[in-house]
Amino acid sequence: MTVIPARSELPTQVSGSRSVGWWGLICLLLNEVVLFASLIASYLYIRFNSTAWPPLGVPKPELILPAIMTVILLSSSVFMHLAQRGIQRGDQSRLRIGLLIAFGLAVIFLALQVYEYMHSDVLPKDNTYGSLFFAITGIHGIHVLLAVLMNGYLQLRARLGHFSARRLQGVENVVLYWHFVDAVWILIVLSLYVSPYF
Amino acid sequence: MLNPQSPTADRVAQLSWVLFAIAAIVFVIVIALLILGIVRARRIEPHAGELVTRTDDRRVISIVLLAGAVAPAVILFGVMTWSITITNAAAARDTPLVIEVTGHQWWWQINYPHENFVTANEIHIPVGQPVTLKLMSADVNHSFWVPELSPKLDLIPGQTNTLNLEADQAGTYRGQCAEYCGIQHAHMAFLVVADAPDTYARWVTQEQQPATTPSSDAVREGEQTFIQSACVYCHTVRGTSAAGTLGPDLTHLASRQMIGAGVLANTPGNLAGWIVNSQAIKPGNLMPAMELDPKQLQAILAYLQSLE
Amino acid sequence: MATIADKRLTDIWGESSSLWRTLATVDHKTIGVRYMVTAFLFFIVGGIEALLLRIQLGSAESTFLSPDVYNQLFTMHGTTMIFFFATPMLFGFGNFLVPLMLGSRDMAFPRLNAFGYWVFLFSGLFMYSSFLIGAAPNGGWFAYVPLTSLQYSPGPNLDFWGLGLIFLSIASIGGAANFIVSILKMRAPGMSINRMPLFIWALLVTAFAVIFAIPPLTVANIFLVLERGFGFRFFESQYGGNPLLWQHLFWIFGHPDVYIIFLPAVGIVSEVVQVFSRRVVVGYTLLATAVVVTVIIAFGVWVHHMFAVGISPMASDLFSLASVVIGIPAGVQIFAWLATILTGKPRFQLPLMWVAGFIFVFVIGGLSGVMFPAASFDQQVTDSYFVVAHFHYVLFGGAVFPIFAGFYYWFPKIVGRMLNKRIGWWNFWLTFIGFNLTFFPMHIVGLLGMPRRVYTYQGGLGWDTINLISTIGSFVLAVGILLFIVNLIYSLNKGEKAGDNPWDAATLEWATTSPPEPYNFKTIPTIYSRVPLWDQKSHPNDESSNPDPTDPYQRETLVTSLLDAQPESRLIMPEASIIPLVLALVLVLVFAGLLIHVLWMTGIGVAVSLIVVGWWLWPTRQEAEAAAS
Repeated sequence: MTVIPARSELPTQVSGSRSVGWWGLICLLLNEVVLFASLIASYLYIRFNSTAWPPLGVPKPELILPAIMTVILLSSSVFMHLAQRGIQRGDQSRLRIGLLIAFGLAVIFLALQVYEYMHSDVLPKDNTYGSLFFAITGIHGIHVLLAVLMNGYLQLRARLGHFSARRLQGVENVVLYWHFVDAVWILIVLSLYVSPYF
Repeated sequence: MLNPQSPTADRVAQLSWVLFAIAAIVFVIVIALLILGIVRARRIEPHAGELVTRTDDRRVISIVLLAGAVAPAVILFGVMTWSITITNAAAARDTPLVIEVTGHQWWWQINYPHENFVTANEIHIPVGQPVTLKLMSADVNHSFWVPELSPKLDLIPGQTNTLNLEADQAGTYRGQCAEYCGIQHAHMAFLVVADAPDTYARWVTQEQQPATTPSSDAVREGEQTFIQSACVYCHTVRGTSAAGTLGPDLTHLASRQMIGAGVLANTPGNLAGWIVNSQAIKPGNLMPAMELDPKQLQAILAYLQSLE
Repeated sequence: MATIADKRLTDIWGESSSLWRTLATVDHKTIGVRYMVTAFLFFIVGGIEALLLRIQLGSAESTFLSPDVYNQLFTMHGTTMIFFFATPMLFGFGNFLVPLMLGSRDMAFPRLNAFGYWVFLFSGLFMYSSFLIGAAPNGGWFAYVPLTSLQYSPGPNLDFWGLGLIFLSIASIGGAANFIVSILKMRAPGMSINRMPLFIWALLVTAFAVIFAIPPLTVANIFLVLERGFGFRFFESQYGGNPLLWQHLFWIFGHPDVYIIFLPAVGIVSEVVQVFSRRVVVGYTLLATAVVVTVIIAFGVWVHHMFAVGISPMASDLFSLASVVIGIPAGVQIFAWLATILTGKPRFQLPLMWVAGFIFVFVIGGLSGVMFPAASFDQQVTDSYFVVAHFHYVLFGGAVFPIFAGFYYWFPKIVGRMLNKRIGWWNFWLTFIGFNLTFFPMHIVGLLGMPRRVYTYQGGLGWDTINLISTIGSFVLAVGILLFIVNLIYSLNKGEKAGDNPWDAATLEWATTSPPEPYNFKTIPTIYSRVPLWDQKSHPNDESSNPDPTDPYQRETLVTSLLDAQPESRLIMPEASIIPLVLALVLVLVFAGLLIHVLWMTGIGVAVSLIVVGWWLWPTRQEAEAAAS
């Protein structure tokens, strides 16, 4: 039995799975999940068709730097979560502070990634191991960069008072994207950094 | 492939005929139903076009499932089981005779490792005896396909694929590259010649010899011209100083049926045309047109024709 | 009963001037027609490429085309038909029809929709610009490495190809997301998920397939671009890479892709069979399930394109079994449609004639198709003209025939006139006969040993006459297609005027004017069955029995719940905007920079793109007002 409510009972500002924007982001994230799955599958395919991994002459990836980067990225997710919780309760300052700290942490992550690239034992042109490593972490890095830019955009809009307890789709979507980027990072750490040790 | 000349090709051909027969029967049934629908539409004029309000389709749906799901499932799984036995029977086994085939853009390098000789574009095998082909590539993907004798198998750089080959009867079987490999993919053919055992043994012995020493002045002069020409940068003639490896081995060129990887019959006229300007015959192939004056050309031709 | 237009609403939802309309429209109907027209133009171009190929192959050792030109033409023929004709054409149908069939006023993301069209157009032009420098892609439509690596393809041909496809993929993903969200969240109240038209089911499933299938292709293309342009090493065995990685990635995309093409066409067939058999289609649940099952299986069979590369017998056996399973849902569909025709009171008007043609042609293609899972059989016929025959039967039969059925069926709705029946009859028969004459002989010449992708062949092998027959057939086919263009031009001007529902069809798009008003429905109808225009309870044209809670004068449409389509919220539709076009143009810069290795151009393009996206996502005046209230 279909019940048709009155117009006044139907909101225009909705969040989560009631919002078409959220669904659009889910579709995009599904696409990105399959993208990273394809990248990691390629890595594993080459790996399990190779006799030595990493190839001879290439040291196993060092674990300290990625460990630090993981801690930083996951903390940034925590702050994004806190920012979202803040605006869900209408707390503008919690939103802005949460966004700002997450922004800073993500920038540090990117700086560490650049540092890692500059001190890498292997380069893309050396072999497929190097190419895959740089391609996969690079594409992920681009996603982090995009997340940082989206965060900056949100901070700008927050400053202009665009968000409230009722109107927070933009924040929700960016936070969801942020968590996704983190989850992919964990997969990358496990596949590219940790698994060569086994 | 429907004229099989080997046990494997024969099994595949039998399977093919059954598949075609089943397909024909199914097609006839489906088209009969379609035509029935068309004919019936004519018969029920002027009621055609009226909305039908039947509500119970359960019986029809059972028929749909039977015809569209159950019957195909049974037939297809039956056929696949048969196919799987063929695939497993054709799985490569070791044999005493091993031939290495290396694909190049746009010719076939043939190496008999145990017999110690190299040739090009023409493989000889003894009748009725399975041989093992080791398929490799020097550049891009190619595919080894001689339909009368065997399903195809690709030549992939970086890996070696193994294929058993056998011919029931003596004869010459044509094969062609079946994986698009660049500008002259269309002209990358080869021959598989199945010989009676003693003919095969004679061929092997001949191939193992270095190039025939020139027996006449003309041929001697031709050998000189050849050695001094640019030909030696790409071609090998064993027993001479010509040791190029970019192009086919020419040690026994005159014994081959075709030149240019199955492009032309191996006649003096064709050979002359090929040497002078293979680009006109097989444009884009990696052999440049050769600048030779008529005297040089005739000399080289005489020499090459002596390389039995 | 004709629907009466509301002029005030037309003004609110339409665009002011025709220039603004051309550049800035976000109306799904205009965008849908654009997709269809542009895709049809690519179809003609791809067809001309094919005719040139057939002239060359009409005789042995012909010198009509040089091998280099031939190889570019066959590559572009395949690439054009698959990427720039088939899917965009079906997306075009989808774009026009989805909101109308759902009872909505537009898609969920109208500006994304407009953007998708521009990206499609520009990526197609990007790829075709390669012809201007005589360097069109020439690696075949699946571009196997190492042939397509820099070493063996040193020119820019494959850069146009790889970058062009990455560019296009942006439109594909955006379009897929748009379909998914619109179909899941914007159905009319009461249109629960089991009451959606089968065309909608097909598009929903296809859109999910696009989201899962395109990323592997994008990854493959990214690897190719990085290897060719930046010295990366993915596919070279001497560096630890593997050329088969390309094949796996490509076919994990490539096999589902053929279903991405086939399934929306199947959706069209279900709609036409229903209407022209004058009864609800037999086995709605079976047909919807078949479509879902097909797509799921489609992701598990890709290695059947690689049976000849040297895989283990066990892998070969596994993928053989998986590949036959896909024949089962197809069988169910064919018999369900036949049952509908046989238990209905069919009228074999042109749309149903094209469906009959589809059944004939597709069944042949499907039957040859279920032979390929027999790996040993496949290893004889793959890469030969037998497989060329097979895939033309399933693609032309399975997509082009339904597309023509769709043209004849929906042209009245799109344009307001009927296509001419006499010209249509000739269009159908010449296409049908020409198609079969062209492609059936290819089965035979393939079995006789003729490989595919050859610019010529030796005489005396028994291939000559058969090739000549195919060539003659291709010209008959060309005349058939030409007649459609004739019909189009004639009917646009002189076609018999069509009312709202000239076919007495059942689905909601027929409850609007022909062509529909910009706002689609003055009142969003409440739905009580799968066939709202045939049942006694739904009255889509009667405003009083449809208590629409949205205010169309405020550019609102309705968002409903996922399964039961209960109203949940109101969505404000954006007005026309130039932003989608601007972003698409900036993206051209990004890809052009990568093509010509001028990376600062790409860098600037990326930076500007990000700014434009920021501008796009900035709340419109309307959204801000709605949020404040």
